[in-house]
Amino acid sequence: MNVNVEPAKLTPKDFASDQEVRWCPGCGDYAILKAMHKSLADMGAKLENTVFVSGIGCSSRFPYYMATYGFHTIHGRAPAIASGLKLARPELDVWVVTGDGDALSIGGNHLFHALRRNIDLNILLFNNEIYGLTKGQYSPTSRIGQKSPSTPMGSVDSPAEACTFALGCNARFVARGIDVQAKELGVLFSRAREHKGASFVEIIQNCIVYNDGAFSNFTEKDVAAEMQLHVKHGEPLLYGKDKNKGLRLNPKTLKIEAVVVGENGVTAGDILVHDEKNRVLAGLLAGLRPPQFPEILGVIYCDPAPSYEAQVAAQNAQARAKGPGDLDKLMRAGNTWSVT
Amino acid sequence: MNVQNVPKSELEAVVVRFAGDSGDGVQLLGSQFAQETALAGNSLATFPDFPAEIRAPTGTTYGVSAFQINFGSRVVKTAGDQPDVLVALNPAALMVNYKGLRKGGLIILDSGAFKDKDIKRAGFAVDPRTDGTLKEFRVLELDISAQALEVAKPFGVSQKEALRTKNLWVLGLVSWMYDRELNSTNEYVARKFGADDPIGQANLAALKAGHAYGETHEISGDISPVQMPSVKFEPGTYRLVSGAEALAWGLAAGAQLANLEALLASYPITPSSPILHILARLKQFGITTFQAEDEIAACCAALGASYAGKLGITASSGPGIALKTEAIGLGIGTELPLVVVNTQRAGPSTGLPTKTEQSDLFLSVWGRNADAPIPVVASRSPGDCFEVAIEAVRLAVKYMTPVMLLSDGYIANAAEPWRIPSMKDFKPFPVEFHKNTEGFHPFLRDPKTLARVWAVPGTPGLMHRIGGIERDYNSGNISYEAANHQKMTDTRAAKINNIANDIPEQGVEAGELKGKLAVVGWGSTFGPINRAVSNMRAKGLDVSHIHIRHIWPLPRNLGDLLKNFDKVLVAEMNNGQMLTLLKSQYLIDAKGLLKVSGQPLKIDEVESAIRSQLGAP
Repeated sequence: MNVNVEPAKLTPKDFASDQEVRWCPGCGDYAILKAMHKSLADMGAKLENTVFVSGIGCSSRFPYYMATYGFHTIHGRAPAIASGLKLARPELDVWVVTGDGDALSIGGNHLFHALRRNIDLNILLFNNEIYGLTKGQYSPTSRIGQKSPSTPMGSVDSPAEACTFALGCNARFVARGIDVQAKELGVLFSRAREHKGASFVEIIQNCIVYNDGAFSNFTEKDVAAEMQLHVKHGEPLLYGKDKNKGLRLNPKTLKIEAVVVGENGVTAGDILVHDEKNRVLAGLLAGLRPPQFPEILGVIYCDPAPSYEAQVAAQNAQARAKGPGDLDKLMRAGNTWSVT
Repeated sequence: MNVQNVPKSELEAVVVRFAGDSGDGVQLLGSQFAQETALAGNSLATFPDFPAEIRAPTGTTYGVSAFQINFGSRVVKTAGDQPDVLVALNPAALMVNYKGLRKGGLIILDSGAFKDKDIKRAGFAVDPRTDGTLKEFRVLELDISAQALEVAKPFGVSQKEALRTKNLWVLGLVSWMYDRELNSTNEYVARKFGADDPIGQANLAALKAGHAYGETHEISGDISPVQMPSVKFEPGTYRLVSGAEALAWGLAAGAQLANLEALLASYPITPSSPILHILARLKQFGITTFQAEDEIAACCAALGASYAGKLGITASSGPGIALKTEAIGLGIGTELPLVVVNTQRAGPSTGLPTKTEQSDLFLSVWGRNADAPIPVVASRSPGDCFEVAIEAVRLAVKYMTPVMLLSDGYIANAAEPWRIPSMKDFKPFPVEFHKNTEGFHPFLRDPKTLARVWAVPGTPGLMHRIGGIERDYNSGNISYEAANHQKMTDTRAAKINNIANDIPEQGVEAGELKGKLAVVGWGSTFGPINRAVSNMRAKGLDVSHIHIRHIWPLPRNLGDLLKNFDKVLVAEMNNGQMLTLLKSQYLIDAKGLLKVSGQPLKIDEVESAIRSQLGAP
């Protein structure tokens, strides 16, 4: 007798591999991992159809701790390997896990092209503004003056801003979250997965050993409400415990200003309303950093366009519509002659 | 060679070299002539020899583009040591090429392009036609420029376009000289320009006019038509094929035999790009092409595709292969199939991008960090690329390993008549992905081949993680164990060494299995070595030709075979890479005939080396 049994829904635990997690105790990566396990279970993802591809660095150990398919590759190249994988098998759900050094330093080129091509990868950049695995050198996102073994007197080069970079690459989905905000991360993961085309999620992640507290001025509980703005499509850009702080555009300078509603003649009507599809607004928001501004979190930009692998598949299908290729025929096309 | 003296003479073989500015259409002229010659049933080999610059300043020596063809009524194996006929479309083309011409050979030059400033620009102090520079040659001056302008007049094309029909005029003339049919060129021009295009019409008129010029002008004594009987080829259907074409088709064939779809990921580089161009048009064969952002990404994307269960292929040339090295290492560590095509060019660094060399043997065999062995195979001629590409695919999928497939700039661009194979003559080697969940781990091995299982994402129950970190022999999980690393390193080496039992034993291409001297070659030196050894054997010298296709692992009997000879001479276009490899493997006292000029080895050079080795006069 055939009985169709609905497969049991997977739990977060089902997404955890049997490997011992080897990050430092207290590392922000644990929280992200846990959020991912839960998020995939919630989304009803299938283990066999999910692949995590990573580069090199602490964050890139991520695939080993997932019970899905996983490929831990080489430094900076995860987007390139994942691109080949996605082109070959568009039906798979492909995630890229990378860090600030991996994605923005050695792998900057690949991230750029994966984003501009708009290939359907979900790219998670764990940004801790430091090189952890190589023991604490400053990274391309470290702030000026960062003291590290390679910059004992403080770094002097200007940092890269991950979301601004992604927008500059023409990414069609750009979001930002914080490692310990599991619920919000879950939403971002789910939005990123739904989005067809490259999705870019920066996750602010605390390195407890080499850069502890780098983000405490907006992540600590006592300042969070005042220093975090969780953007929502169609809602005004308000934040603060009393939701009376907001962002407005100065039309003369084309700059964003942090204002308080009810002070200095500012009214609720002056506050910008978030529009995910507005690229210009996204650009303005992505570049705002504490302490002058709140940290902008959530889906900053989402404006889908045809994805690369779908268009490639369409060309392949068009070419294959004429029937399968015949090599014997191909090689005999054009000028040939017979010898008997 | 006596092209000219006897009217309607019969020729065994002749070498013609066309040369002009890089914008003169010399490559088109040459390849169309090759096409006509192939259709006439002659054996032939071509050598397109062009500069790296797309359009160098007109009239400069560094902008000279040339196309050499050797064709004959006997089997032709090289593009020829010395041209018998040189067509020079300007003074610079003459400057660069006249010294290579056989003494007594014929120079056809476009007198219309020999103005004072052109002559000076080419670097001649005085007009070479008047000061005895060309006294060892016969010179036929024709004002080809004026002829082309005149012919093009009725079609109302610009002067520039009219002058650009010079190549077709020359093609007409040379086709008359060697009794070639113009049909294929007529069709080509009509196809390229469309029937009503005035430029196309001007070109067709030039072609006809060049031919008619030969027929109607009393230039016999200088030149007269000759006949060249066709060669007795093996029965079959033939075509002209370039190395790049045969290689691309071979990859498609390999994928088909493996029952796999393929992803070719490449980054444009000379002289490898044609492989990308050709495969981009073969989508109906289950091939997807991806022009990646760089060489590294190309290799990575190919590897990603292999991980996903397709045949990953990446094609490049030396500098690009250097960049792919780390990703190839990942392929070795994770034991995934990958075909890496290296169309070698002269180096180091940018070197001579359009010139040929065989200097990436070390890079292929040993050029990676750590102990990272892979199989290496090399094609010997344009047509041979087809079979060697299939072999590369077979090894990659059977042994779950990256494979280096070597071609070179000469093979890639050169064309030769090729007996078109039938796909049914090749034994399929269909890949079976692992499906069984029982006792599964990703590094389960076939006890015979030592290849690991290929379990692809999307397969229920086989989820696993692989990566660059050393893998445990018994589970595939990360392992930092000392003994495990030793075991895995030994296993990777044994897997590749074992391939020696799955490839043919080494034979000889000419001569006996033992004797006084073996000339050993690999890759595109096949032609000149084979002809030189045959010639020397005909003179009674005891010499054999050994040509190696499987560069790594080497054929299992090669050491014994080499020890059957008193002397071993390795002829190659590098500074002694195969020579060093053979010496290190077999502790033999081999000598080298080494050439790195960016030009193919000449028959004469090999013959001299053979004579010198054998103390023969």
